[in-house]
Amino acid sequence: MPVSLTPQGLPAWQRRTTRAQWLQYAAWLLGISLFLLCWKVISDNTMWVFVEDAGRQGSDLLSRMLPPRWEYANVLWKPMWDTLNIATLGTAIGIMMAFPVAFLAARNTTPHPLVRSAALMVIVSSRSINSLIWAMLLVTILGPGVLAGIIAIALRSIGFVGKLLYEAIEEIHPTPVEAISATGASRLQVMNYGVLPQIMPAFAGISVYRWDINIRESTVLGLVGAGGIGLQLNASINNLAWNQVSVIFIMIFATVLVSEWISARVRHAII
Amino acid sequence: MSAQAEALASARAQAARQGRWRRLPLIENPRWRWGIAIGGVVYLVLALASVEVNWARVAEGAGRALNFLGAFMQPDFISRQNDIVAGLLESLTMTLTSTVLGVLLAIPVGLGAARNISPLPLYLLCRAIIAVSRTFQEIIIAILFVVMFGFGPLAGMITLAFATIGFMAKLLAEDIEDLDWRQVEAVRATGASWWQTMNHAVQPQVMPRLIGLSVYRLDINFRESAVIGIVGAGGIGATLNTSLSRYEYDTSAAILLIIIAIVLLCEYSSSHVRRWTQ
Amino acid sequence: MLTLRGVTKRYPTGDRALTDIQLTLPKGQVMALIGPSGAGKSTLIRCVNRLVEPTQGSIRLEDTEITRLSGNALRQARRSMGMIFQEYALVDRLSVMENVLSGRLGYVGFWRSFLRRYPEDAVAEAFRLLERVGLPHAIDKRADALSGGQRQRVGIARALLQSPKLLLVDEPTASLDPKTSRQIMRLIRELCAERDLAAIINIHDVALAQQFADRIVGLRAGEIVFDGLPSELTSEILTTIYGEEDWDTTPEPMDDEPAAAPPYVPTLQGLAAGGAR
Repeated sequence: MPVSLTPQGLPAWQRRTTRAQWLQYAAWLLGISLFLLCWKVISDNTMWVFVEDAGRQGSDLLSRMLPPRWEYANVLWKPMWDTLNIATLGTAIGIMMAFPVAFLAARNTTPHPLVRSAALMVIVSSRSINSLIWAMLLVTILGPGVLAGIIAIALRSIGFVGKLLYEAIEEIHPTPVEAISATGASRLQVMNYGVLPQIMPAFAGISVYRWDINIRESTVLGLVGAGGIGLQLNASINNLAWNQVSVIFIMIFATVLVSEWISARVRHAII
Repeated sequence: MSAQAEALASARAQAARQGRWRRLPLIENPRWRWGIAIGGVVYLVLALASVEVNWARVAEGAGRALNFLGAFMQPDFISRQNDIVAGLLESLTMTLTSTVLGVLLAIPVGLGAARNISPLPLYLLCRAIIAVSRTFQEIIIAILFVVMFGFGPLAGMITLAFATIGFMAKLLAEDIEDLDWRQVEAVRATGASWWQTMNHAVQPQVMPRLIGLSVYRLDINFRESAVIGIVGAGGIGATLNTSLSRYEYDTSAAILLIIIAIVLLCEYSSSHVRRWTQ
Repeated sequence: MLTLRGVTKRYPTGDRALTDIQLTLPKGQVMALIGPSGAGKSTLIRCVNRLVEPTQGSIRLEDTEITRLSGNALRQARRSMGMIFQEYALVDRLSVMENVLSGRLGYVGFWRSFLRRYPEDAVAEAFRLLERVGLPHAIDKRADALSGGQRQRVGIARALLQSPKLLLVDEPTASLDPKTSRQIMRLIRELCAERDLAAIINIHDVALAQQFADRIVGLRAGEIVFDGLPSELTSEILTTIYGEEDWDTTPEPMDDEPAAAPPYVPTLQGLAAGGAR
């Protein structure tokens, strides 16, 4: 009861009851001590000598990055093309695989609850693991190169597209589906006529959105050897050629802006 | 309807009367339709042609892939237990501290990036911070911070905090730009100061989503903390990287399973928190 | 032609939606099914084409026992029963022609339907039906660009393209204004006469039912409580179907004037959740 009586018998308003107030204090205390504990772990694992040096290191880094070595850009066209291919082909393969998985995972289209759990399992494992980790795995398996990158992007996209798509499938109107079944259509025909037209806009939007994210992710896959501009980035960093690194950064920045613009335009056109 | 479209419609009706009907093409202009189709095919051919695959290496890898799948059946949590626990602890602490710091710093940046309450120079500055933070992958930022702050979780934490700022500030700014201004004006009309207005009119409208997004970001930060270890910024990623390069697939499988489990846990609890705040 | 014997439907929750339904529908008869919300009208017609599985009983369409069918045989049986829905149940993002042609899905293979390569006679028949319901100009419009009455006409054309022997009509007028409702009911009535079709029409509006049906069946709490001619429907019978109400204020049927609102239909508390969903 937030309204209580003061000793003088006048009603007094408090935002919370005494108990709630105490609980809130306790929660704050707990939160702050947890934060400090975490901070201590980090600080124990940090060489503070290096950190004191950070400002100097930072300005040093900046002075080495500038001015960018512009002529290096000529070497980057092929890696950039690879990066674009990794993102695009990876997205294409990913959505092709995500499509059936989403139908198996959606409550209203799955053939069997067991199949549904298996499909959800695929989606969860694909989503939990970053594409860089997928790339690391695939590079040890397939060897370095663009192929590992494409497959890494595809594997990561399955979960993302699959999850959003199966949620879209679960939200469709049931009546058209019922009507198509009532005509004597087969299961596949019901999917094709009753379900597919309803999820098509969502599907297109999700795919373009994922393509945009994949462009960003494919720029760094080369750090673990999976092709694209990240390879050049890695090499330049290892050679301490920071004025090349800045050129690469500018290239990445521009590409990401362009892909974001394209994705926004396409999604706008669909909706 | 133009005369041409009308003629087309009646021609289609005539054809349908005789039983000839085709679906209307998705793109009406045939030049565009064919252009896009041919362009797509040409791109696909060029792209596939430029993918160089070393098939001998792939064939060799098939055996490893099988090993790896086998390792998933028998993950090994024990033999590198200390490394795993240490890496996990680092990852979790990095996740928590970076989310707290990132969200706290994102609030002023978000306020500054909301066009309706901040002056133009501040707005541009905050938007620039957001753009830089969102464009570059966490791992690129981590490389720079590792150079500046040395190896270890501090660089990782700063990286994640920086990425969190961009993510949260953008969404916060959008929220504030969509505020219900009648409430703000109502509070202002009582003679409240700027701070009081923020506290009584803006905060209650923005808070539930802010909490939900913070929990979501916590989840993302954990996933990312598993990655930035690759470039030396601490966390479970470093452990994973080491185990992979040593071909200790059973340990890698164990780490991946732990990551999946924690992400699932995070998602489960974040959906609860979001329901509770709304 | 259609015979229901002892049809019972119990939902897994234990709610009884239908109890021991006995019903025979001769060829060419238009039967209206009336009753309060939740009486099991929707469930009953959905049991006939097995969108809802009946728990017990037998349903025969001519010589086919429908309750035992599965797979292809069920598809073939469904072909001969056209269904018309309350919310039209068109696929919004498909064109009118595609919606009508989807009535032929039971007759064509998957790839043909996927590529929209329907046989010429199906397309010609679809166009003729669209002309019959008054929408020949709309073949390339998207279904969501039509008005409610037009959509219901497309729904009717789709059901008829199945060349059905029986029409199952679920609240065809519930989402329409009074004038359009009467037009749609008249259209259904005429089409049944032209093609000698039997029809079961679920309907809330007692006045419409009396005007357009040959026979009226009253359903209450999943049981048939009235079965007779429209003229035999008296206030006492309406009371047994719907419960106590002053039935004499029920508006008299009028021709094509915007008819009055449907009669007040009391919802019985605690009844089985009759809807099919």
